[in-house]
Amino acid sequence: MQDIEQLLDRMTDDLREHINARGLSSLCPVGIRTGGVWVAQALRERLGIQAECGELDITFYRDDFSRIGLHPRVSPSRLPFETEGQHLLLVDDVIMSGRTIRAAMNELFDYGRPESITLAALVDLGRRELPIQPDVTGTHETLGPRQRIKLRGPESLELAVEEVPDA
Amino acid sequence: MPETSRDLQLTADGELRHFLAIEGLDQALLTRILDTADSFIEVGERTIKKVPLLRGRTVVNLFFEPSTRTRSTFELAAKRLSADVLNLDIGTSATSKGESLSDTLLNLRAMASDMFVMRHSQSGAPHFVAQSVTPDVAIINAGDGRHEHPTQAMLDMLTIRQHMKTFRGLRVAIVGDVQHSRVARSQIRALNTLGVDEVRLIAPDTLLPHEPEALGARVFHRMEEGLRNVDVIIMLRLQHERMEGALLPSESEFYRMYGLTREKLAYANPGALVMHPGPINRGVEIESAVADGPQSVILGQVTNGIAVRMAVMSMSMGGQLNERQSATGEGVAST
Amino acid sequence: MKWRVDNVHPVIDGEPAAEATSALVVDGRIAALGAGLSGERVEREVDGAGQWLLPGLIDLNCHLPEPGSDRGGSIESETRAAARGGFTTVCTTPDTSPVNDSSAVTHLIRDVAERNGHTRVLPVGALTRGLEGERLSDMAGLTRAGCVALGNGGHATASSRVLRRCMAYAHTFDIRLFLQPENASLASDGCAHDGLVAARMGLPGIPEVAETTAVNELLMLAEETGANLHIGPLSCARSVTLVRAAKEAGHSVTAEVGIAHLVATEAAIEGYNGTFHSRPPLRTEADRRALLEGVESGVIDAIVSQHRPSDKAAKLAPFPETQPGLSTVESTLSLGLERVAAGELSRGALLRALTSGPARVLGLDAPTIAEDSVADLTLVAPEQHWMPAVGSLYSAGPHLPVMERELPGVVMLTAVDGRIRHEHEGDGS
Repeated sequence: MQDIEQLLDRMTDDLREHINARGLSSLCPVGIRTGGVWVAQALRERLGIQAECGELDITFYRDDFSRIGLHPRVSPSRLPFETEGQHLLLVDDVIMSGRTIRAAMNELFDYGRPESITLAALVDLGRRELPIQPDVTGTHETLGPRQRIKLRGPESLELAVEEVPDA
Repeated sequence: MPETSRDLQLTADGELRHFLAIEGLDQALLTRILDTADSFIEVGERTIKKVPLLRGRTVVNLFFEPSTRTRSTFELAAKRLSADVLNLDIGTSATSKGESLSDTLLNLRAMASDMFVMRHSQSGAPHFVAQSVTPDVAIINAGDGRHEHPTQAMLDMLTIRQHMKTFRGLRVAIVGDVQHSRVARSQIRALNTLGVDEVRLIAPDTLLPHEPEALGARVFHRMEEGLRNVDVIIMLRLQHERMEGALLPSESEFYRMYGLTREKLAYANPGALVMHPGPINRGVEIESAVADGPQSVILGQVTNGIAVRMAVMSMSMGGQLNERQSATGEGVAST
Repeated sequence: MKWRVDNVHPVIDGEPAAEATSALVVDGRIAALGAGLSGERVEREVDGAGQWLLPGLIDLNCHLPEPGSDRGGSIESETRAAARGGFTTVCTTPDTSPVNDSSAVTHLIRDVAERNGHTRVLPVGALTRGLEGERLSDMAGLTRAGCVALGNGGHATASSRVLRRCMAYAHTFDIRLFLQPENASLASDGCAHDGLVAARMGLPGIPEVAETTAVNELLMLAEETGANLHIGPLSCARSVTLVRAAKEAGHSVTAEVGIAHLVATEAAIEGYNGTFHSRPPLRTEADRRALLEGVESGVIDAIVSQHRPSDKAAKLAPFPETQPGLSTVESTLSLGLERVAAGELSRGALLRALTSGPARVLGLDAPTIAEDSVADLTLVAPEQHWMPAVGSLYSAGPHLPVMERELPGVVMLTAVDGRIRHEHEGDGS
């Protein structure tokens, strides 16, 4: 697995480019719990963003509620800034089907109408089920059928591929 | 053998599937309800105070006993979870026969109801429905007879936790008509399960059950003794009809002996929390100066009430759906 | 009809004889007892190997829901269940619909029982009109029509003055009274024993004093008026103590207990199990023990079924709204034998409380197995078991204290007046 620091550096560069190209000012970072928050914080430091990092818990917005019920551990979302009319940087550690991002955007809109949302993901696993693409991606990976990827943190971030035990 | 309330309320995985009573639920589950409620409080502070958890689900408020206040909180909670809400106020007289209660509910289930929020004058009515009538509809007990009123108790627990941070080491006194109070039964169980040091009941014998120790509390007859060193005082509402049933001589005598005045409050620990499920009878249960005083948290519990109800509704609905789907064995969600 | 049973152990005063013997039944009587009857030509021969031959069981408290609504059985279905339970005589309670407070209703019950019944049916008439506790019923007329006793049918008589007059009037005509002790204002809206379980479940309680004050009142009034009082079903230990004291003081009172109170306690209603909603309520383990002891010592003369068949819907409601009572007449003997097996009751005490005890209450000769005695007979296989299950019960009421569990003691045959009214089918498993 690639070195996270390098991935983050690349993402930072790509984000700067994206910001300049779009003429975005004062991006507000929002991470999706839990890995997305760590990545968002790392990007915020590198980009020198003043605004504090927001944290989204998408439990209440998941579309698999009717299949798996309420996730046992919910903690409140925390957005320390007004989102109305704001340029947001939405960050997650891993993107695959796109459903998490769909839920996160639904939730963000319940706080108000942002001016724009830029999406950044550390790892893109492909296999999309919804028409959602990150603006900035750290790396593309392909996993075997019984594998999943996990970001460990928050002290020193580390990506690990795990074998999924048989159901 | 009859199912215990634990079996009936939980799925095979120990998830909530009906919310009938505090009795039978363990500390971890009660704590999860409180934690989930905390998250829903944050939802209430957003521009759009809604989450899509119960979208497409139908929640029926079945109130066999009128209560605008409780019903409104449940209605608001269901709507904030994006559910479709149907309110039915059914006079008890129309369904005094068991069959017609069953029939009413079976008809409602046929209309694709996913959840019944039920208030009934008979103890155990929600139990009966969950067990024998519509086990596949999530039943939320909004108060049954003298048995339990578990959401009210959990709202009080949330309030206590917000103010005291923990339940460990707390002494809590519950004052007034324990015998006829479903709220008190739920509160005593919740407090004991959440690990307070001591639950005390302060009341005359006419307002206590025949064997009050069965509820897991210590009994006091005098406020001066019972309030000593307590951290939380919960005042129960006194129904006017208690005077007619020869349980009490008069409201004024009750106030003299058991009304919470500044003088009696002084026996409790400094900064002790004063709670009341409302609506308050000033000058019967509590002195205005205490009700409006700095230690009182009588108001401002509405937010908690909605959040707690959202928590138990979403958790029960989740468990119920889980149970329905468990046979199909579908995989986990994708990122 | 002429028939014979061989290899049986006759039970006399509750004790099965060690020696097996044969009994020949001719024209409703036991014509002969002993060995060497096999030469006699009979229409039926029954092999009673390993079985007891009991004088027919007598139930003093059995609700037959006729006249009444079409729900919850009939005289036909419930006496068939009674015969299966080994009873040859049941006393039917006055709380029919309409109430058995007139000779017309008494005649109706007797006629239907004569036509459709599988056991003897002895009606108990209502003590007051409509069981309302206000006006006296036509007591002498009811007795003449065939009521063996008059009772309150579980409806407490609120006024002590009315009760005293009932007793005085009944005494005038030497009428037996079957009274269930309950102080109505203390019982109030209660539906469960006022104890630990009711406190936890938030059910309105019926305190013990609701029974004991009524027992006291009934005993005092009977003493004063000279009324012939049979009291029960009793539910608590202190009631047994009061009855014992009255008996020791020489009063001619008798008492009964329902089988459910010997097998279950307040714990049975846990989870709002409406099956065990009963009146009087099931009380504590200490009460149950005291009631068993009361049967053992003879303070309690009779074990009754207190059979209350209710259809499924009657129990399908929130607990306080369910109809009180259990369906017990089919299983009373077996439930009792289970207590015997558990070492809680002696066999003799159980069998006496189902035969000679209730006969004494009714003023009948002590039932026995003897030549020329009436052939009301119950043949029981004590070592065999059966399992009460929905679909295989004769009673219309499916609410037994025990379901889907094996019980000891199979009634192999019940004969009333020499006629075989019930015979066990199958191998008894």
